[in-house]
Amino acid sequence: MDNMTNKEYQEYLKRKIPKPDYLNNSIRAFIVGGTICLIGQIVRNMLFRFGFNEKEVVTGTAIIMVFLGSLLTGLGIYDKIGKFGGAGAAIPITGFANSIVAPAMEYKREGYLFGVAAKMFTIAGPVLVYGIGSSIIVGLLYLIFTAGR
Amino acid sequence: MAVKRIGKQTIKFHNPPSIIGTSSIVGPKEGDGPLRGYFDIVLEDDTWGQKSFEKAEAKMQEEAIKLAIKNANLSVDNIQFLISGDLLNQIISSSYTARQIGIPYFGLYGACSTMTESLCIGAMIIDGGFADNVVCATSSHFSSAERQFRFPLEYGAQRKFSSQWTVTGAGATVLSANGNGPYITYITPGRIKDYGVTDASNMGGAMAPAAIDTLLQHFEDTGFTPQDYDLIVSGDLGLIGRRIVIDMMKKKGYDLSENYTDCGIKIFDVVEQDTHAGGSGCACSAVVLNGYIYKEMKKGTFNRVLVMSTGALHSPISTLQGESVPGIAHAITLENLPR
Repeated sequence: MDNMTNKEYQEYLKRKIPKPDYLNNSIRAFIVGGTICLIGQIVRNMLFRFGFNEKEVVTGTAIIMVFLGSLLTGLGIYDKIGKFGGAGAAIPITGFANSIVAPAMEYKREGYLFGVAAKMFTIAGPVLVYGIGSSIIVGLLYLIFTAGR
Repeated sequence: MAVKRIGKQTIKFHNPPSIIGTSSIVGPKEGDGPLRGYFDIVLEDDTWGQKSFEKAEAKMQEEAIKLAIKNANLSVDNIQFLISGDLLNQIISSSYTARQIGIPYFGLYGACSTMTESLCIGAMIIDGGFADNVVCATSSHFSSAERQFRFPLEYGAQRKFSSQWTVTGAGATVLSANGNGPYITYITPGRIKDYGVTDASNMGGAMAPAAIDTLLQHFEDTGFTPQDYDLIVSGDLGLIGRRIVIDMMKKKGYDLSENYTDCGIKIFDVVEQDTHAGGSGCACSAVVLNGYIYKEMKKGTFNRVLVMSTGALHSPISTLQGESVPGIAHAITLENLPR
Protein backbone atom coordinates (compact mmCIF):
# COMPACT_ATOMS: atom_id res chain seq x y z
CA MET A 1 0.00 0.00 0.00
CA ASP A 2 2.74 2.45 1.03
CA ASN A 3 4.57 2.06 -2.25
CA MET A 4 1.45 2.86 -4.27
CA THR A 5 1.03 6.35 -5.68
CA ASN A 6 -2.38 8.02 -5.64
CA LYS A 7 -2.72 7.39 -9.34
CA GLU A 8 -1.83 3.72 -9.03
CA TYR A 9 -4.39 3.27 -6.27
CA GLN A 10 -7.10 5.02 -8.28
CA GLU A 11 -6.36 2.78 -11.26
CA TYR A 12 -6.47 -0.27 -8.99
CA LEU A 13 -9.76 0.94 -7.47
CA LYS A 14 -11.31 1.41 -10.90
CA ARG A 15 -10.72 -2.26 -11.65
CA LYS A 16 -12.51 -3.25 -8.42
CA ILE A 17 -15.80 -1.54 -9.34
CA PRO A 18 -18.24 -3.56 -11.44
CA LYS A 19 -18.90 -1.98 -14.84
CA PRO A 20 -22.44 -0.72 -15.48
CA ASP A 21 -24.43 -2.83 -17.91
CA TYR A 22 -24.70 -0.25 -20.69
CA LEU A 23 -26.84 -2.37 -23.02
CA ASN A 24 -29.40 -3.23 -20.33
CA ASN A 25 -29.47 0.39 -19.12
CA SER A 26 -29.98 1.67 -22.68
CA ILE A 27 -32.87 -0.71 -23.28
CA ARG A 28 -34.53 0.36 -20.01
CA ALA A 29 -34.01 4.03 -20.82
CA PHE A 30 -35.48 3.45 -24.28
CA ILE A 31 -38.57 1.71 -22.89
CA VAL A 32 -39.23 4.29 -20.14
CA GLY A 33 -38.35 7.33 -22.26
CA GLY A 34 -40.35 5.94 -25.20
CA THR A 35 -43.39 5.24 -23.02
CA ILE A 36 -43.35 8.77 -21.61
CA CYS A 37 -43.12 10.21 -25.14
CA LEU A 38 -45.91 7.90 -26.30
CA ILE A 39 -48.14 9.21 -23.49
CA GLY A 40 -47.18 12.74 -24.57
CA GLN A 41 -48.17 11.92 -28.13
CA ILE A 42 -51.53 10.51 -27.02
CA VAL A 43 -52.20 13.67 -24.97
CA ARG A 44 -51.26 15.79 -27.99
CA ASN A 45 -53.58 13.87 -30.33
CA MET A 46 -56.42 14.08 -27.82
CA LEU A 47 -55.98 17.84 -27.50
CA PHE A 48 -56.13 18.21 -31.30
CA ARG A 49 -59.32 16.17 -31.25
CA PHE A 50 -60.81 18.60 -28.73
CA GLY A 51 -60.27 21.30 -31.34
CA PHE A 52 -57.26 23.22 -29.95
CA ASN A 53 -54.84 24.80 -32.41
CA GLU A 54 -51.11 23.90 -32.72
CA LYS A 55 -49.87 26.55 -30.28
CA GLU A 56 -52.47 25.65 -27.64
CA VAL A 57 -51.75 21.96 -28.05
CA VAL A 58 -47.97 22.44 -27.48
CA THR A 59 -48.63 24.42 -24.30
CA GLY A 60 -51.38 22.09 -23.12
CA THR A 61 -49.30 18.94 -23.64
CA ALA A 62 -46.42 20.43 -21.65
CA ILE A 63 -48.78 21.43 -18.83
CA ILE A 64 -50.37 17.98 -18.64
CA MET A 65 -47.01 16.14 -18.76
CA VAL A 66 -45.55 18.38 -16.06
CA PHE A 67 -48.66 17.74 -13.99
CA LEU A 68 -48.29 13.98 -14.39
CA GLY A 69 -44.58 14.09 -13.48
CA SER A 70 -45.32 16.18 -10.39
CA LEU A 71 -48.23 13.97 -9.34
CA LEU A 72 -46.15 10.80 -9.64
CA THR A 73 -43.36 12.49 -7.65
CA GLY A 74 -45.80 13.44 -4.91
CA LEU A 75 -47.16 9.90 -4.81
CA GLY A 76 -43.62 8.54 -4.41
CA ILE A 77 -43.66 6.71 -7.74
CA TYR A 78 -41.43 8.81 -10.01
CA ASP A 79 -38.22 8.05 -8.09
CA LYS A 80 -38.85 4.36 -8.77
CA ILE A 81 -39.41 5.05 -12.47
CA GLY A 82 -36.18 7.08 -12.43
CA LYS A 83 -34.25 4.30 -10.75
CA PHE A 84 -35.41 1.85 -13.40
CA GLY A 85 -35.27 4.07 -16.47
CA GLY A 86 -32.33 6.38 -15.73
CA ALA A 87 -31.96 9.02 -18.43
CA GLY A 88 -35.16 7.75 -20.04
CA ALA A 89 -37.05 9.17 -17.06
CA ALA A 90 -34.80 12.19 -16.44
CA ILE A 91 -34.68 13.74 -19.93
CA PRO A 92 -38.42 14.14 -20.76
CA ILE A 93 -40.31 17.09 -19.26
CA THR A 94 -41.76 14.77 -16.58
CA GLY A 95 -38.20 14.35 -15.25
CA PHE A 96 -37.81 18.10 -15.15
CA ALA A 97 -41.00 18.30 -13.06
CA ASN A 98 -39.62 15.60 -10.76
CA SER A 99 -36.37 17.51 -10.27
CA ILE A 100 -38.31 20.56 -9.05
CA VAL A 101 -41.07 18.92 -7.02
CA ALA A 102 -38.72 16.52 -5.18
CA PRO A 103 -36.61 19.24 -3.49
CA ALA A 104 -39.73 21.37 -2.90
CA MET A 105 -41.23 18.49 -0.91
CA GLU A 106 -37.94 17.64 0.82
CA TYR A 107 -37.17 21.09 2.16
CA LYS A 108 -40.65 22.03 3.39
CA ARG A 109 -39.42 21.67 6.99
CA GLU A 110 -37.00 24.55 6.42
CA GLY A 111 -39.92 26.88 5.68
CA TYR A 112 -41.67 28.12 2.52
CA LEU A 113 -39.14 30.88 1.86
CA PHE A 114 -35.67 29.45 2.45
CA GLY A 115 -36.82 25.85 2.23
CA VAL A 116 -39.34 25.23 -0.54
CA ALA A 117 -38.78 28.33 -2.67
CA ALA A 118 -35.00 28.58 -2.35
CA LYS A 119 -34.20 24.88 -2.69
CA MET A 120 -36.73 24.15 -5.43
CA PHE A 121 -34.21 24.81 -8.16
CA THR A 122 -31.15 23.09 -6.68
CA ILE A 123 -31.29 20.39 -9.35
CA ALA A 124 -33.26 22.10 -12.12
CA GLY A 125 -31.49 25.47 -11.72
CA PRO A 126 -28.48 24.61 -13.90
CA VAL A 127 -30.83 23.28 -16.61
CA LEU A 128 -32.77 26.54 -16.56
CA VAL A 129 -29.67 28.77 -16.53
CA TYR A 130 -27.84 26.99 -19.33
CA GLY A 131 -31.00 26.07 -21.23
CA ILE A 132 -32.31 29.63 -21.35
CA GLY A 133 -28.76 30.99 -21.74
CA SER A 134 -27.99 28.85 -24.76
CA SER A 135 -31.39 29.63 -26.35
CA ILE A 136 -30.59 33.34 -26.08
CA ILE A 137 -27.20 32.80 -27.77
CA VAL A 138 -28.80 30.74 -30.55
CA GLY A 139 -31.48 33.42 -30.92
CA LEU A 140 -28.86 36.16 -31.23
CA LEU A 141 -26.89 34.15 -33.81
CA TYR A 142 -30.07 33.62 -35.79
CA LEU A 143 -30.80 37.34 -35.65
CA ILE A 144 -27.27 38.26 -36.78
CA PHE A 145 -27.16 35.82 -39.69
CA THR A 146 -30.68 36.53 -40.92
CA ALA A 147 -30.57 40.32 -40.41
CA GLY A 148 -31.04 42.34 -43.56
CA ARG A 149 -32.44 39.46 -45.56
CA MET B 1 5.96 8.41 30.84
CA ALA B 2 3.29 6.95 28.63
CA VAL B 3 3.48 3.46 30.07
CA LYS B 4 0.34 2.20 28.36
CA ARG B 5 1.58 2.81 24.84
CA ILE B 6 2.93 -0.07 22.81
CA GLY B 7 4.47 0.31 19.39
CA LYS B 8 3.74 3.34 17.29
CA GLN B 9 0.00 3.87 17.63
CA THR B 10 -1.49 1.31 20.01
CA ILE B 11 -2.54 1.56 23.65
CA LYS B 12 -2.72 -1.46 25.93
CA PHE B 13 -4.98 -0.84 28.90
CA HIS B 14 -3.74 -1.76 32.35
CA ASN B 15 -7.27 -1.64 33.78
CA PRO B 16 -9.35 -2.63 30.76
CA PRO B 17 -12.75 -0.93 30.79
CA SER B 18 -15.72 -3.26 30.62
CA ILE B 19 -18.80 -2.89 28.47
CA ILE B 20 -21.66 -3.11 30.96
CA GLY B 21 -24.61 -2.07 28.86
CA THR B 22 -25.44 -1.54 25.19
CA SER B 23 -28.40 -0.62 23.08
CA SER B 24 -29.30 -0.56 19.42
CA ILE B 25 -32.25 1.07 17.71
CA VAL B 26 -32.81 0.69 13.98
CA GLY B 27 -35.21 1.75 11.27
CA PRO B 28 -37.65 -0.52 9.42
CA LYS B 29 -35.27 -1.44 6.57
CA GLU B 30 -32.51 -2.51 8.98
CA GLY B 31 -35.16 -4.42 10.94
CA ASP B 32 -35.89 -6.40 7.76
CA GLY B 33 -32.21 -7.30 7.37
CA PRO B 34 -30.32 -10.43 8.39
CA LEU B 35 -29.49 -9.11 11.90
CA ARG B 36 -33.10 -8.25 12.84
CA GLY B 37 -33.12 -10.42 15.97
CA TYR B 38 -30.19 -8.55 17.55
CA PHE B 39 -31.64 -5.06 17.82
CA ASP B 40 -33.36 -3.76 20.95
CA ILE B 41 -35.88 -1.59 19.12
CA VAL B 42 -36.96 -1.77 15.47
CA LEU B 43 -38.95 1.29 14.41
CA GLU B 44 -42.03 0.81 12.27
CA ASP B 45 -41.93 4.42 11.13
CA ASP B 46 -38.56 6.02 10.41
CA THR B 47 -39.73 9.47 11.58
CA TRP B 48 -40.69 7.98 14.98
CA GLY B 49 -43.57 10.48 15.17
CA GLN B 50 -41.24 13.47 14.82
CA LYS B 51 -41.65 16.45 12.50
CA SER B 52 -38.32 16.03 10.73
CA PHE B 53 -35.79 13.32 10.02
CA GLU B 54 -33.22 15.27 12.03
CA LYS B 55 -35.49 15.22 15.08
CA ALA B 56 -36.12 11.53 14.56
CA GLU B 57 -32.37 10.89 14.50
CA ALA B 58 -31.83 12.84 17.73
CA LYS B 59 -34.68 10.95 19.36
CA MET B 60 -33.12 7.63 18.35
CA GLN B 61 -29.79 8.68 19.87
CA GLU B 62 -31.41 9.90 23.07
CA GLU B 63 -33.47 6.74 23.52
CA ALA B 64 -30.43 4.57 22.70
CA ILE B 65 -28.36 6.30 25.40
CA LYS B 66 -31.12 5.98 27.99
CA LEU B 67 -31.67 2.34 27.10
CA ALA B 68 -27.95 1.48 27.29
CA ILE B 69 -27.75 3.08 30.74
CA LYS B 70 -30.87 1.17 31.80
CA ASN B 71 -29.43 -2.08 30.42
CA ALA B 72 -26.33 -1.42 32.55
CA ASN B 73 -28.60 -1.14 35.62
CA LEU B 74 -27.46 2.42 36.20
CA SER B 75 -29.12 5.81 36.11
CA VAL B 76 -27.95 8.89 34.22
CA ASP B 77 -26.53 10.30 37.48
CA ASN B 78 -24.00 7.45 37.57
CA ILE B 79 -22.52 8.41 34.20
CA GLN B 80 -19.76 11.02 34.19
CA PHE B 81 -19.28 11.69 30.49
CA LEU B 82 -21.24 11.43 27.28
CA ILE B 83 -19.03 11.03 24.20
CA SER B 84 -20.90 11.11 20.93
CA GLY B 85 -21.07 12.31 17.36
CA ASP B 86 -23.03 11.98 14.12
CA LEU B 87 -23.01 12.92 10.44
CA LEU B 88 -25.12 16.04 10.35
CA ASN B 89 -23.66 19.52 10.09
CA GLN B 90 -22.30 20.71 13.46
CA ILE B 91 -23.26 17.26 14.89
CA ILE B 92 -26.73 18.47 15.83
CA SER B 93 -28.19 15.04 16.60
CA SER B 94 -25.57 14.53 19.30
CA SER B 95 -25.71 18.01 20.76
CA TYR B 96 -29.52 18.08 20.94
CA THR B 97 -29.35 14.68 22.58
CA ALA B 98 -26.70 15.87 25.05
CA ARG B 99 -29.01 18.77 25.91
CA GLN B 100 -31.61 16.22 27.02
CA ILE B 101 -29.22 13.90 28.85
CA GLY B 102 -27.66 16.77 30.80
CA ILE B 103 -24.21 15.39 31.70
CA PRO B 104 -20.74 16.61 30.62
CA TYR B 105 -20.44 16.00 26.89
CA PHE B 106 -17.64 15.62 24.36
CA GLY B 107 -18.93 16.01 20.78
CA LEU B 108 -16.95 14.22 18.09
CA TYR B 109 -16.91 14.37 14.35
CA GLY B 110 -15.41 11.18 12.99
CA ALA B 111 -18.10 10.56 10.36
CA CYS B 112 -18.82 6.84 10.25
CA SER B 113 -15.79 6.07 12.45
CA THR B 114 -17.51 7.73 15.42
CA MET B 115 -18.46 4.54 17.27
CA THR B 116 -14.94 3.22 17.81
CA GLU B 117 -13.53 6.76 18.04
CA SER B 118 -15.83 7.46 20.99
CA LEU B 119 -14.99 4.07 22.51
CA CYS B 120 -11.24 4.80 22.19
CA ILE B 121 -11.66 8.06 24.07
CA GLY B 122 -14.12 6.62 26.60
CA ALA B 123 -11.82 3.68 27.31
CA MET B 124 -8.85 6.00 27.89
CA ILE B 125 -10.94 8.12 30.28
CA ILE B 126 -11.91 5.03 32.30
CA ASP B 127 -8.46 3.43 32.30
CA GLY B 128 -6.93 6.77 33.20
CA GLY B 129 -9.12 6.96 36.28
CA PHE B 130 -11.00 10.05 35.18
CA ALA B 131 -14.44 8.44 35.37
CA ASP B 132 -16.13 5.27 36.59
CA ASN B 133 -18.77 5.12 33.90
CA VAL B 134 -19.04 6.80 30.51
CA VAL B 135 -21.50 6.39 27.67
CA CYS B 136 -20.41 6.42 24.01
CA ALA B 137 -23.01 6.85 21.31
CA THR B 138 -23.68 7.70 17.71
CA SER B 139 -26.52 7.79 15.21
CA SER B 140 -27.29 8.22 11.55
CA HIS B 141 -30.46 8.39 9.50
CA PHE B 142 -30.78 7.48 5.84
CA SER B 143 -33.09 10.38 5.06
CA SER B 144 -31.22 13.09 6.99
CA ALA B 145 -27.94 11.96 5.41
CA GLU B 146 -29.42 11.82 1.90
CA ARG B 147 -30.69 15.39 2.07
CA GLN B 148 -27.35 16.66 3.39
CA PHE B 149 -24.95 14.70 1.20
CA ARG B 150 -26.95 13.66 -1.87
CA PHE B 151 -30.38 14.20 -3.44
CA PRO B 152 -33.95 14.74 -2.22
CA LEU B 153 -35.66 11.43 -1.50
CA GLU B 154 -38.24 11.64 -4.29
CA TYR B 155 -35.74 12.61 -6.98
CA GLY B 156 -35.47 9.85 -9.55
CA ALA B 157 -31.69 9.43 -9.63
CA GLN B 158 -29.86 6.18 -10.18
CA ARG B 159 -27.34 5.05 -7.57
CA LYS B 160 -23.93 3.81 -8.59
CA PHE B 161 -22.78 0.25 -7.98
CA SER B 162 -20.23 1.51 -5.51
CA SER B 163 -22.70 3.61 -3.53
CA GLN B 164 -23.78 2.54 -0.06
CA TRP B 165 -26.96 2.84 1.96
CA THR B 166 -26.84 4.96 5.13
CA VAL B 167 -28.09 2.95 8.09
CA THR B 168 -30.99 4.45 10.05
CA GLY B 169 -30.27 3.77 13.68
CA ALA B 170 -28.46 4.61 16.87
CA GLY B 171 -26.23 2.66 19.18
CA ALA B 172 -24.85 3.34 22.64
CA THR B 173 -22.30 1.62 24.85
CA VAL B 174 -21.78 2.12 28.58
CA LEU B 175 -18.15 1.58 29.62
CA SER B 176 -17.24 1.04 33.23
CA ALA B 177 -14.23 0.58 35.46
CA ASN B 178 -16.12 -2.31 37.06
CA GLY B 179 -17.74 -5.06 35.07
CA ASN B 180 -17.61 -8.60 33.81
CA GLY B 181 -16.74 -7.91 30.21
CA PRO B 182 -16.44 -7.90 27.35
CA TYR B 183 -13.43 -5.65 27.93
CA ILE B 184 -11.70 -3.17 25.68
CA THR B 185 -8.10 -4.30 26.00
CA TYR B 186 -6.30 -2.54 23.15
CA ILE B 187 -7.03 0.40 20.92
CA THR B 188 -5.25 1.49 17.77
CA PRO B 189 -6.45 4.97 16.79
CA GLY B 190 -5.94 5.52 13.09
CA ARG B 191 -4.35 8.21 11.01
CA ILE B 192 -5.84 9.80 7.92
CA LYS B 193 -5.10 8.11 4.63
CA ASP B 194 -6.04 9.82 1.41
CA TYR B 195 -5.19 8.36 -1.97
CA GLY B 196 -6.92 11.12 -3.89
CA VAL B 197 -10.28 9.41 -4.45
CA THR B 198 -12.72 12.21 -5.26
CA ASP B 199 -15.81 10.07 -5.90
CA ALA B 200 -17.99 10.49 -2.80
CA SER B 201 -20.20 7.65 -4.01
CA ASN B 202 -17.31 5.21 -3.60
CA MET B 203 -16.58 5.65 0.09
CA GLY B 204 -15.55 2.04 0.61
CA GLY B 205 -12.78 2.54 -1.93
CA ALA B 206 -11.78 5.86 -0.39
CA MET B 207 -11.62 4.49 3.17
CA ALA B 208 -10.01 1.11 2.49
CA PRO B 209 -6.41 2.46 2.64
CA ALA B 210 -7.06 3.88 6.12
CA ALA B 211 -8.46 0.54 7.27
CA ILE B 212 -5.42 -1.28 5.88
CA ASP B 213 -3.07 1.20 7.54
CA THR B 214 -4.73 0.79 10.95
CA LEU B 215 -4.83 -3.02 10.65
CA LEU B 216 -1.14 -3.23 9.71
CA GLN B 217 -0.21 -0.89 12.53
CA HIS B 218 -2.31 -2.86 15.01
CA PHE B 219 -0.68 -6.16 14.09
CA GLU B 220 2.77 -4.62 14.11
CA ASP B 221 2.33 -2.87 17.47
CA THR B 222 0.71 -5.80 19.29
CA GLY B 223 2.40 -8.73 17.59
CA PHE B 224 -1.02 -10.30 16.99
CA THR B 225 -1.99 -12.02 13.77
CA PRO B 226 -5.47 -12.11 12.21
CA GLN B 227 -5.76 -15.68 13.52
CA ASP B 228 -5.62 -14.38 17.11
CA TYR B 229 -9.11 -13.01 16.55
CA ASP B 230 -12.40 -14.88 16.28
CA LEU B 231 -13.72 -12.02 14.19
CA ILE B 232 -12.28 -8.91 12.57
CA VAL B 233 -14.92 -6.45 11.45
CA SER B 234 -14.65 -3.08 9.73
CA GLY B 235 -17.32 -0.39 9.94
CA ASP B 236 -18.69 0.41 6.52
CA LEU B 237 -16.26 -0.48 3.77
CA GLY B 238 -18.95 -2.45 1.98
CA LEU B 239 -18.33 -5.06 -0.69
CA ILE B 240 -15.72 -3.06 -2.64
CA GLY B 241 -13.76 -1.90 0.40
CA ARG B 242 -13.72 -5.38 1.94
CA ARG B 243 -12.34 -6.89 -1.26
CA ILE B 244 -9.56 -4.29 -1.31
CA VAL B 245 -8.65 -4.91 2.34
CA ILE B 246 -8.40 -8.69 1.85
CA ASP B 247 -6.39 -8.24 -1.34
CA MET B 248 -3.94 -5.67 0.03
CA MET B 249 -3.49 -7.39 3.40
CA LYS B 250 -2.66 -10.62 1.57
CA LYS B 251 0.13 -8.81 -0.26
CA LYS B 252 1.48 -7.78 3.15
CA GLY B 253 1.36 -11.38 4.37
CA TYR B 254 -1.85 -11.31 6.41
CA ASP B 255 -4.64 -13.72 5.55
CA LEU B 256 -8.01 -12.14 6.32
CA SER B 257 -10.12 -14.32 4.05
CA GLU B 258 -11.43 -16.52 6.91
CA ASN B 259 -12.55 -14.27 9.74
CA TYR B 260 -12.90 -10.76 8.34
CA THR B 261 -16.19 -9.11 7.47
CA ASP B 262 -17.73 -5.65 7.37
CA CYS B 263 -20.73 -4.25 9.29
CA GLY B 264 -22.05 -2.76 6.04
CA ILE B 265 -22.19 -6.27 4.55
CA LYS B 266 -23.65 -7.89 7.68
CA ILE B 267 -26.52 -5.47 8.22
CA PHE B 268 -28.27 -5.71 4.85
CA ASP B 269 -28.95 -8.43 2.36
CA VAL B 270 -27.34 -6.38 -0.41
CA VAL B 271 -29.18 -8.19 -3.22
CA GLU B 272 -32.65 -8.57 -1.65
CA GLN B 273 -32.60 -5.10 -0.06
CA ASP B 274 -30.97 -3.40 -3.05
CA THR B 275 -28.29 -1.59 -1.06
CA HIS B 276 -25.60 -1.87 -3.78
CA ALA B 277 -22.20 -2.03 -2.02
CA GLY B 278 -23.76 -2.35 1.47
CA GLY B 279 -24.60 -0.25 4.50
CA SER B 280 -22.79 2.83 5.75
CA GLY B 281 -23.21 5.65 8.26
CA CYS B 282 -22.28 6.09 11.91
CA ALA B 283 -25.05 3.74 12.99
CA CYS B 284 -23.79 0.95 10.74
CA SER B 285 -20.94 -0.16 13.00
CA ALA B 286 -22.76 1.18 16.09
CA VAL B 287 -25.79 -1.12 15.84
CA VAL B 288 -23.78 -4.11 14.59
CA LEU B 289 -21.33 -3.71 17.50
CA ASN B 290 -23.94 -2.99 20.20
CA GLY B 291 -26.42 -5.51 18.82
CA TYR B 292 -24.84 -8.44 17.05
CA ILE B 293 -21.22 -8.47 18.24
CA TYR B 294 -21.93 -7.65 21.90
CA LYS B 295 -24.70 -10.22 22.18
CA GLU B 296 -22.67 -12.93 20.45
CA MET B 297 -19.70 -12.19 22.73
CA LYS B 298 -21.95 -12.47 25.77
CA LYS B 299 -23.09 -15.87 24.47
CA GLY B 300 -19.48 -16.90 23.96
CA THR B 301 -19.68 -17.33 20.18
CA PHE B 302 -16.80 -14.85 19.90
CA ASN B 303 -14.24 -14.28 22.63
CA ARG B 304 -11.90 -11.94 20.87
CA VAL B 305 -13.05 -9.41 18.28
CA LEU B 306 -11.32 -6.53 16.53
CA VAL B 307 -13.81 -3.81 15.63
CA MET B 308 -12.71 -1.00 13.37
CA SER B 309 -15.20 1.71 12.40
CA THR B 310 -14.19 3.55 9.25
CA GLY B 311 -14.89 7.18 8.41
CA ALA B 312 -14.92 9.24 5.20
CA LEU B 313 -14.11 12.75 6.37
CA HIS B 314 -15.34 14.78 3.42
CA SER B 315 -18.15 17.30 3.31
CA PRO B 316 -20.68 18.28 0.63
CA ILE B 317 -18.63 21.44 0.04
CA SER B 318 -15.28 19.66 -0.31
CA THR B 319 -16.93 17.24 -2.77
CA LEU B 320 -18.27 20.09 -4.92
CA GLN B 321 -14.85 21.71 -4.87
CA GLY B 322 -13.33 18.51 -6.22
CA GLU B 323 -11.34 17.66 -3.10
CA SER B 324 -10.55 14.06 -2.31
CA VAL B 325 -12.06 12.00 0.52
CA PRO B 326 -9.79 11.61 3.59
CA GLY B 327 -10.32 8.21 5.22
CA ILE B 328 -9.78 7.11 8.81
CA ALA B 329 -10.18 3.91 10.84
CA HIS B 330 -9.96 3.35 14.59
CA ALA B 331 -9.54 -0.20 15.88
CA ILE B 332 -10.52 -1.59 19.28
CA THR B 333 -9.90 -5.06 20.68
CA LEU B 334 -12.81 -6.60 22.59
CA GLU B 335 -12.09 -9.60 24.80
CA ASN B 336 -14.25 -11.66 27.12
CA LEU B 337 -11.18 -12.49 29.23
CA PRO B 338 -8.24 -10.09 29.06
CA ARG B 339 -5.04 -12.01 28.28
